[in-house]
Amino acid sequence: MVTQVTSGLIIGMLLFLVAAGLTLIFGVLKIVNFTHGSFYMLGAYLAYAVYQASGSFTLAVLCAAAGVGLFGLAFERLFMKRVYGSNVLMQLLVCYAFILILDDAVKLIWGPEFKSMGMPAAFQRPPILLAGGVIPFFYVFLIAIALAIGGALGFGIARTRIGKVVRAAAHNPSMVSALGINTGVIYGAVFALGGLLAGLAGALAAPVRSMAPGMGFSILIESFIVTVIGGMGSIVGALVAALMIGLIRAFGSIGFPLFTEGLMFLFMALILIVKPSGLFGKDA
Amino acid sequence: MPERAERRSLAFETGLALAAFVLLALLPVVHPSKALVDFVIRMAALGIFASSLNILIGYGGMVSFGHGMFFASGAYAFGLLMQKAGTSIPVAIALAVLFSAALAAIVGAICVRLKEIYFAFLTLAFQMLLHSLIISWVPLTGGDQGLMGGIPRPPFLGIDLADQFHLYLFACAALVLCLLAMRHLMESPFGYTLRMIRDNAPRAQFLGIQVWRMRLAAFVLAGAFASIGGILMSLFVSGAYPEFAYWTMSGEGIFMLMLGGMSAFLGPLVGTALLLFLNDVVTRFTEYYGLTLGIVILLFALVFRRGVTDFALDAVQRLGPGKRT
Repeated sequence: MVTQVTSGLIIGMLLFLVAAGLTLIFGVLKIVNFTHGSFYMLGAYLAYAVYQASGSFTLAVLCAAAGVGLFGLAFERLFMKRVYGSNVLMQLLVCYAFILILDDAVKLIWGPEFKSMGMPAAFQRPPILLAGGVIPFFYVFLIAIALAIGGALGFGIARTRIGKVVRAAAHNPSMVSALGINTGVIYGAVFALGGLLAGLAGALAAPVRSMAPGMGFSILIESFIVTVIGGMGSIVGALVAALMIGLIRAFGSIGFPLFTEGLMFLFMALILIVKPSGLFGKDA
Repeated sequence: MPERAERRSLAFETGLALAAFVLLALLPVVHPSKALVDFVIRMAALGIFASSLNILIGYGGMVSFGHGMFFASGAYAFGLLMQKAGTSIPVAIALAVLFSAALAAIVGAICVRLKEIYFAFLTLAFQMLLHSLIISWVPLTGGDQGLMGGIPRPPFLGIDLADQFHLYLFACAALVLCLLAMRHLMESPFGYTLRMIRDNAPRAQFLGIQVWRMRLAAFVLAGAFASIGGILMSLFVSGAYPEFAYWTMSGEGIFMLMLGGMSAFLGPLVGTALLLFLNDVVTRFTEYYGLTLGIVILLFALVFRRGVTDFALDAVQRLGPGKRT
């Protein structure tokens, strides 16, 4: 029971980090970043490469987050920026192209086979025993980090001046730019932040999940489900929905091992029928 | 009399379609080559798929990112009916199309009322649900191996689809008939209602049109046509594979539209032929197909910003008064 709950929690926390970026980008730019899963994949592989080279997990995580953040910035400034005005079709195509390119790039650099990073030495400690369940130390660390980031993100957006500007830009970009604030910089920064979160999630997942080219797509679909259930643009919604999905996955794999993914979709369909805007969303 | 003019143009197009079929049928006689026959069969299957997607995207303005779902449902339903139930081919085709239309009705009922971007990825999510079902329901679908063991193709009405040339003719006939049917549908009042909804949904609503019902009808129709493409493909490869239900199938469909252009009715078919050709050429030189395809897509999406037939139509219009749909 405790084992299931914790494994549900870590799936949920990783999903939350990816989905938070996705929902943030959607909230501000009103576009769905279909390459977000590839950002996650890039984060995992970058962390793997840095860890292999340096042996430091901290450095690996930081490099992965910063690297993917920079990549997100470049992706937005160089490519996505050009298709904001046009229809959804163009945005889909640019993202589709990048998913293909990144998957093949990873295959080119790291090879097509499954890779595993292994648990860093710092986390090879005896697991915590709690109420008859076993909780690996790394899980506790992961949950704490994700919660801290979620808190910081929520605080930053709700309370700080930068957060206010970002929310204003989401609400009325032309007004914000008329007041002398460069919205292009905000868009780029939001993409960079989204990339950073996805890269971080990828790096944190690297010790517990194996990686392969194309791994980003399943997490992309799951984080879509999370954002739909939580409501597009809502960070709190993303957290709640990510935890729900994590628990559904963890418990579903005991009850219906073959239909775990189906359960998530059913849950999403249910939410959409009852409240199309999602649990914490404003309008659909 | 506009009605008579319309009828004449439809008769004209039917004649054109017949001529196209005769030309296609004569092609292997003039230039016998197995590669050519295979290419045209694949083009027929994917061309029907791409054209059906164009009903949604080009005419209805509904960007579906999960259209591959119906391609796969057609292929799997047909394959399973032939393998397990042992029905005759026409019955299996009819049932597979009906099944796909029913699936489209269910998925569509949930999706068509949603806003553009929600619609795009909910259709995608449902497609991935089908994909995961196919992968995990191993006893029925064969899991990631696909439907193995070949699909029996008993002769019917003197047509023996196990014969490559018969299959070729059958695929050409299906392509021509489906395109003609879609063309007529899109030139009917229903087609124009769909265009109006695409351009101005609130206005259509004020005129008393139930927007979601029209959209659902388009979704079901497009799903049914896509399943015919899937059936042809499963006849060609004599099996069905989970890749049919994978998201890249839908992505490629969208790219075919983009490549060929959506303003001409035959644009998607042109795009299909171009993409297949590109596919054959690229895989001959490199295993990094995605990388190459991605760069080509970026080129079209960011630099050209339109499809091949769009350029052709512009050229025609510059020369003289042309017709645009």
